[in-house]
Amino acid sequence: MRVMLTRRALVLGMGATLAGCDRLARNESFREALFSAENFHKWAQRGLSDRQALAREFRPDQISPIFRANGTANPNTPAYKALWRKGFADWRLKVSGLVARPLALSLPQLRNLPHREQITRHDCVEGWSAIGKWRGVPLRTVLEGAQLSDRARYLVFRCADDMGGGNAYYESIDLIDAFHPQTILAFALNDQSLSVANGAPLRLRVERQLGYKHAKYLMEIQAVASLDGIGKGKGGFWEDHADYDWYAGI
Amino acid sequence: MDDRPVDDPVPGALVKRHRLSTRLWHWSNALLLYTLFTSGLGIFNAHPRLYWGHYGANFDTAWLELERFPGWLTLPTSYSLAMSRHWHLAAAPLFAFGLLAYMVWSLANRHFPRDLAFRAAEVRPGPVWQDIKDHARLRFPTGAAALRYNVLQKASYNGVLFLLLPVLILTGLTMSPGMNAAWPWLVDLFGGRQSARSIHFIAAWGLVVFVLVHLLMVLLAGPYNEVRSMITGRYRLPRERGA
Repeated sequence: MRVMLTRRALVLGMGATLAGCDRLARNESFREALFSAENFHKWAQRGLSDRQALAREFRPDQISPIFRANGTANPNTPAYKALWRKGFADWRLKVSGLVARPLALSLPQLRNLPHREQITRHDCVEGWSAIGKWRGVPLRTVLEGAQLSDRARYLVFRCADDMGGGNAYYESIDLIDAFHPQTILAFALNDQSLSVANGAPLRLRVERQLGYKHAKYLMEIQAVASLDGIGKGKGGFWEDHADYDWYAGI
Repeated sequence: MDDRPVDDPVPGALVKRHRLSTRLWHWSNALLLYTLFTSGLGIFNAHPRLYWGHYGANFDTAWLELERFPGWLTLPTSYSLAMSRHWHLAAAPLFAFGLLAYMVWSLANRHFPRDLAFRAAEVRPGPVWQDIKDHARLRFPTGAAALRYNVLQKASYNGVLFLLLPVLILTGLTMSPGMNAAWPWLVDLFGGRQSARSIHFIAAWGLVVFVLVHLLMVLLAGPYNEVRSMITGRYRLPRERGA
């Protein structure tokens, strides 16, 4: 009886305290303070460590037996299905926005550019990790081909998967990550063409950040000066709709 | 050798025990660790499986698989990975830099060598066994002896300060992909990101055990006097038993 009462008191006490925290988190200025931790972590990581530091690359025998696919497993829109049926022959990666030479690159064109291959660990924000071997074109190569303007500060990635209500997935990175040597547009995973579940025909790899930054089903890369006009302004689908951090290095 | 001060306080006297810095640090830790633990369980709920090594996802072998922790234990009370992360990542640097400041401060004011370092005389098997027996019989030191940490107290405080808390902070950093690139030795130290996540989880529960024992000791040693000493700094020296 006494044990029961103590347990009840503990549950009620914890529940009440935590509910109080929830109320606190709905206060606008407290929320801002809480969310500003992202800026501290970005500042600490970018400011106190080497901005060019490479993510670890693993040996082939360290690759996960099965690379878990997450998020959208298949965009399944009529437009995507039409592209998929023809083996993405009609698919083009558009490079637009603040560039001197807008591009529309086909899959064979991308495959003919110099490649990078890297065995890296993919870390989901949920906590799991999977190691896979990626092959793709350094984003830097494509940006140099498009002649990125000096006014560009961010790259926005537009995707084919509809997240509901005609809202396609989007993500963004800044130029530190865009020009990082391991940031590639990957078309192959573990020596196979990218599967639909893993983002066919092309996905972003931005190795020093969490999984939701690695946009799948790429359709367009847009160079912009600010993220203000993109979605609700926080720079990505989950950032805008679920309060995820834009800086996902932590 | 008699190392008692000349004005040896008498049992029953109200004496100054904890400095303001100690008290502030104690209560900010209580608040931050509560936040970190409950938001940490919220984050764990996003993928309640633990692995050893560099990778681990649903198709890999987990050494621990749990149901989600209930809402009365998690921050926020209803599942939100984003909000749990905001709480956790806001509290973590405050806690880590607080610990760092405490350590620098305690070295500078000689709190570590004076109060926490083991004396040669107290780590011999005889005195340690005596201290264990006294604890088991709930015979706590009285008079001025109550002002000094006994050997079991020192062992647990040192274990928490210099092992558990640094391991929690470092394994936390090891889970960050940005930190992995910046400080690759972290991944090597813990044998992979998933191992670090497992150790982080185990150490967090280790800390819960410490807190529970700590609270139990406060209750047994006289909660009013103990809590007062951590709020006002003043502590009444326990009288001899039977006196």
